[in-house]
Amino acid sequence: MNDANMKVSICGVELKNPVITASGTFGFGREYAEYYDLSRLGAICVKGLTLNPRQGNRPPRIAETPAGILNSVGLQNPGVKHFIEHEIPFLKQFDTKIIANISGNTIEEYCRMAEILYDSGVDLIEMNISCPNVKQGGVAFGTKADTVYHITQEVKKYCRQPLIVKLSPNVTDIKEMAKAAQDGGADAVSLINTLLGMAIDIYTRRPVLANNVGGLSGPAVKPIAVRMVWEVASVVDIPIIGMGGIMNGEDAIEFMLAGATAVAVGTANFIDPLACVKVVDGIRNYLLSYDIEDINSIIGKVELN
Amino acid sequence: MISIYKRPYLCTIVKKEETAPGIFDMTIISEEITRQAKPGQFLNIRCADTLSTLLRRPISICDIDKEKKEVRFVFQVKGEGTRLLANRSLGELLDVLGPLGTSFTVDNSFSRPALIGGGIGVFPLLFLANAYRSSMDVFLGFRTKEMVVLEQDFKRICPDTVIATDDGSYGVSGYVTRLLEENIKQGKNDIVYACGPEPMLKKVQSMCSAYGIPCQLSLEQRMGCGIGACLVCACKIRTPKAWEYKHVCKDGPVFWGNEVLFDE
Repeated sequence: MNDANMKVSICGVELKNPVITASGTFGFGREYAEYYDLSRLGAICVKGLTLNPRQGNRPPRIAETPAGILNSVGLQNPGVKHFIEHEIPFLKQFDTKIIANISGNTIEEYCRMAEILYDSGVDLIEMNISCPNVKQGGVAFGTKADTVYHITQEVKKYCRQPLIVKLSPNVTDIKEMAKAAQDGGADAVSLINTLLGMAIDIYTRRPVLANNVGGLSGPAVKPIAVRMVWEVASVVDIPIIGMGGIMNGEDAIEFMLAGATAVAVGTANFIDPLACVKVVDGIRNYLLSYDIEDINSIIGKVELN
Repeated sequence: MISIYKRPYLCTIVKKEETAPGIFDMTIISEEITRQAKPGQFLNIRCADTLSTLLRRPISICDIDKEKKEVRFVFQVKGEGTRLLANRSLGELLDVLGPLGTSFTVDNSFSRPALIGGGIGVFPLLFLANAYRSSMDVFLGFRTKEMVVLEQDFKRICPDTVIATDDGSYGVSGYVTRLLEENIKQGKNDIVYACGPEPMLKKVQSMCSAYGIPCQLSLEQRMGCGIGACLVCACKIRTPKAWEYKHVCKDGPVFWGNEVLFDE
């Protein structure tokens, strides 16, 4: 076999391969464009946007933990209007899809952002209701099924693009949140956002992060993420974007077998700026090695014991 | 074919020596890095190929030798990552991203620069001193005698290099900032370059501001990607109206002193 089909479709938007950059790990693509042609990516999900610019949290904003990192950036970003004016024209140079990730303090802010993005040329909108690093909004909307349903239904009214709801793992039952998102009209769900964590410097007796707590990502969270993708796949019909500690093609395949139609690569970008393209190559090698003609044929095909 | 894209380099380790307790002096071979590097820039180094310690470690370039294609860096073992790096052996390949970040402004129209470093902050100043090679003043501060490193390297370039120790066990007793102040009071220097702990940088900043001398400060903050994408290494930089968070890895590590806003 010489080649395999790598194309997947997320609610009518065709991606040339299933690899997406995870929001907050890729800026607006500029830094990574110095390392490779961004057209090699299935899609670019940009740094989380808010209605107005945000400075983010005080440093230190990062702590390394075994096989993972804790971050508390706190959504530092230049605001959605700056993004449309200054970043979309840059991203449009590349033959890939653009996903705008949005966060708000109120449902109205989310709706307003969806409105502002209506004619922006972004291909998909990812609604972040799971950021653990901001006081208001963020995860506050993502931990109760009825609020997930309500905010999804409201924001969907203003969206031209398909709406992805990004789910928090910091809940008792993620299946309930996924079902609520689907019932509210979500076109897809993405999971997992980071797990709330903490690291303490035992010599100063202070938390390493200025924000005290932050979001855990990296290989340490991967088994939890795979399990949650598998659970969610059993209760929703909409596509799932799976993420959490993906470092290579094999990890991506694991998420797809669990039920993800596409995958996002996050923390790995910090370790190797070429991580995303290596994941693309790794997926292709797996398909070719096992004579799999179409990547879509492995989605959700884990065989349970 | 030469790619237009940047990439991490795999560099052979050719020298390694523990020059003070927990301080390692390492040299790697990289034609690409020696060609691009400027004083003040840093390398983001993958200490070992392991998932347990994920992040690269940002380490400033101590010096380069273009002819031998050698890149030298000195680091202190502070945690798991630097411990793994210190355990690497000669001949092994190191995965290095860089050179990264901004550099010190080397401008020969300055008549006499002063270089001031504290502790591990002295390392990048050697590269800077080599870039000037003219008359300059160098002040290096260490905690105690056994932590003094690079003395001979600096003295080869600047024979009058002054060493100070906090406990007075070697060289001049006390903080180096006092020595710098005596100098700039007499109007000896017209630019100051500083790298070291934040209290030292603050003192240099306020002193230079008081005497109306430009200074460049090399800042430090916990880093992630090293290339400006993850936004974790935030530092406060003045704007016309107030301040904003810039990032040490890409907007820095070297900033002009009057740009930097330290927390009280």
